[in-house]
Amino acid sequence: MNSVASNAINQSGEGQKSMNNVVEAGCALELRDLRKSFGKTEIIRGANLAVKAGERVGIIGPNGAGKSTLFNLISGRFEPTSGDVLLNGHRINGKKPFEINRLGLSRSFQITNIFPKLSVFENLRCGVLWSLGYKYSFWHFLADLDDANDRAEALMDQIHLHKKRDVLAMNLTYAEQRALEIGITIAGGANVILLDEPTAGMSKSETKRFIELIREVTVGKTLLTVEHDMGVVFGLADKIAVVVYGEVIAFDTPEAVRANARVQEAYLGSVLADAQAAGH
Amino acid sequence: MSAVYKFKPYNVGRWVIWSLFALVLIAAPLVFTSNLSTTMLAQMGIAIIACLSYNMLLGQGGMLSFGHAVYTGLGSYMAIHALNAISGGKLNIPVSLLPIIGGVAGMGFAILLGYVTTRKSGTPFAMITMGVAELVFAMSLMFSEFFGGEAGVSGNRVAGETFFGITYGPQIQVYYLIAAYTFVCVALMFAFTQTPLGRILNAVRDNPERVEFVGYNTQMVRYIAFIVAGFFAGVSGGLAALNFEIVTSEVVSAHRSGAYLLFTFLGGATFFFGPILGGVLMVLAFVLLSELTKAWLLYLGLVFLFMVMYAPGGVSSLIMMNLRVASFGFLRRFWASYLALAGTAFVILAGAGAMIEMVYHLQLNAALGDELRYMGATLHAKGLNSWVGAIFVMLTGLGLFELTRRVFLQDWSDVQVDIEKEIKRREAL
Repeated sequence: MNSVASNAINQSGEGQKSMNNVVEAGCALELRDLRKSFGKTEIIRGANLAVKAGERVGIIGPNGAGKSTLFNLISGRFEPTSGDVLLNGHRINGKKPFEINRLGLSRSFQITNIFPKLSVFENLRCGVLWSLGYKYSFWHFLADLDDANDRAEALMDQIHLHKKRDVLAMNLTYAEQRALEIGITIAGGANVILLDEPTAGMSKSETKRFIELIREVTVGKTLLTVEHDMGVVFGLADKIAVVVYGEVIAFDTPEAVRANARVQEAYLGSVLADAQAAGH
Repeated sequence: MSAVYKFKPYNVGRWVIWSLFALVLIAAPLVFTSNLSTTMLAQMGIAIIACLSYNMLLGQGGMLSFGHAVYTGLGSYMAIHALNAISGGKLNIPVSLLPIIGGVAGMGFAILLGYVTTRKSGTPFAMITMGVAELVFAMSLMFSEFFGGEAGVSGNRVAGETFFGITYGPQIQVYYLIAAYTFVCVALMFAFTQTPLGRILNAVRDNPERVEFVGYNTQMVRYIAFIVAGFFAGVSGGLAALNFEIVTSEVVSAHRSGAYLLFTFLGGATFFFGPILGGVLMVLAFVLLSELTKAWLLYLGLVFLFMVMYAPGGVSSLIMMNLRVASFGFLRRFWASYLALAGTAFVILAGAGAMIEMVYHLQLNAALGDELRYMGATLHAKGLNSWVGAIFVMLTGLGLFELTRRVFLQDWSDVQVDIEKEIKRREAL
């Protein structure tokens, strides 16, 4: 019994790419009957979701369905009214954002949320400091922290901003700022990554490149992403969660979701037909 | 590519700047030898530490505090009581270490009061600091045992065992003690900006929400920074106690807190060295400007007003902008404009100043008649000619200033474009 469990863990550690085939005991992220009300209005009405480690999940749904609210509940920005959020099996609802981040969950924002008056390099370095254990230190010099500096440099290469190393974040182009946003999000090395509309406001070609970037930098991590572009979602995600009126009405592979009658009825019908006609 | 770039350059520029700073501190009283200038230099050191510690909150942490004098002031009180304990033989430490006692006191009160203050940021933070400042000032009038009531607490710094014949009797010895503390504190506060906490503090200033999502408790970041700032504020207060040998409740007043805010801002909160200029300006204004005219606070208010409106980065940002232009070799283009701006601004000031002085003269020196000397001319505070003349001079100045300002702005933006081009050209090489 024991050896089987440890075997599974070993496998999951080694073979990140074949993650889908590995039978996992626990979930990286689980929502249990999650509810959130603002005043009398219930926005999230009993959401359930179980995401396995290493899965890439696309979250789709009509405007106002509660996708962003769901992210805010998971990441600690809002506190759930009832229900549970479990990260790697630990309850995290009610915890502060920084506590949740320390437990290995990181998120990006729909509206670019970076440090405008710091350089690209400083932005990324701020993202790595806590995870490397420097905490509130004022007895180290930043210049001497080789691990933090190397990691920030490596991240800069990963998001292709090394040419902009010393440019203030507020002077970057929009697409560069979005890339920096992703960079800060993955900087701390969290295993569970939430991306809230990472490609919002980008042109088609930018989106395409950006999706490649997201794919590269999240290898081996559990990814949840809210996305409006259907082509993007079906291309990137292993599984799709459909959120309608504060509930997860379907959670399955892209093919199964496409075929799901309830999804078509509730939301996708016309959009999907268009997408298929366009050759997706 | 970036992996190859690994060596850490020996920062020559930094060594030069710090050596120069030390040299200025050492040589200043040898150049300005009068009693007044030694006193002023000592006060500048104290003000520099106070303004820099204030800027840890304002410039680096985005915390607009209206109560920084609480920490400098309480540091002063603790230091003067410790000094009296030394004189009374109850405490046996060298007088040179009194500023540290002030610092520890400032830190202690920052731990206590800062816990409440730093729970909030932004406007609520500013409000709470103001409330705490009022609270402490009110207490200073209530507990005269500790605060000494109206008369304050006085002491005698020639106390305890002397060290190599240093008694701190002569002002010059106190100056060098202050200079040593100033150098060390400035260096430590600069070092603070180069640490993880220092950088995260900047991040908290820029975008506190995002900081929460990279693992930091912003409240804790603000709190620790507040405590560190409290320590240096207390050191400054301890030095002030030694320097003046008297501490009155004025040191914890809202006035004093306001002065720290005002001069830190004038010096410039965006650059580390800004508050150093601010501290120097503070002493110049308090000692010299107040000698020059009774209306000095009014002039100071006007300067502050124009600075907020036209150069929110303070004097230091003006310097840095011009250095940037100079480094590209374009500064020559502005000499004429700067001369014209200064000349026309002086004309405005002459006109406006004449009116201000006449009003003050009527209010304060009515018994002396309506005549007063102003910039070599005789004005009649109740005479129509003087008023019409002053208004004419001011309006002329305003018109000319506006004209030169427009020309200057055009030149300035042209040069900025040229600099951008130059940068592009260099990148392309």
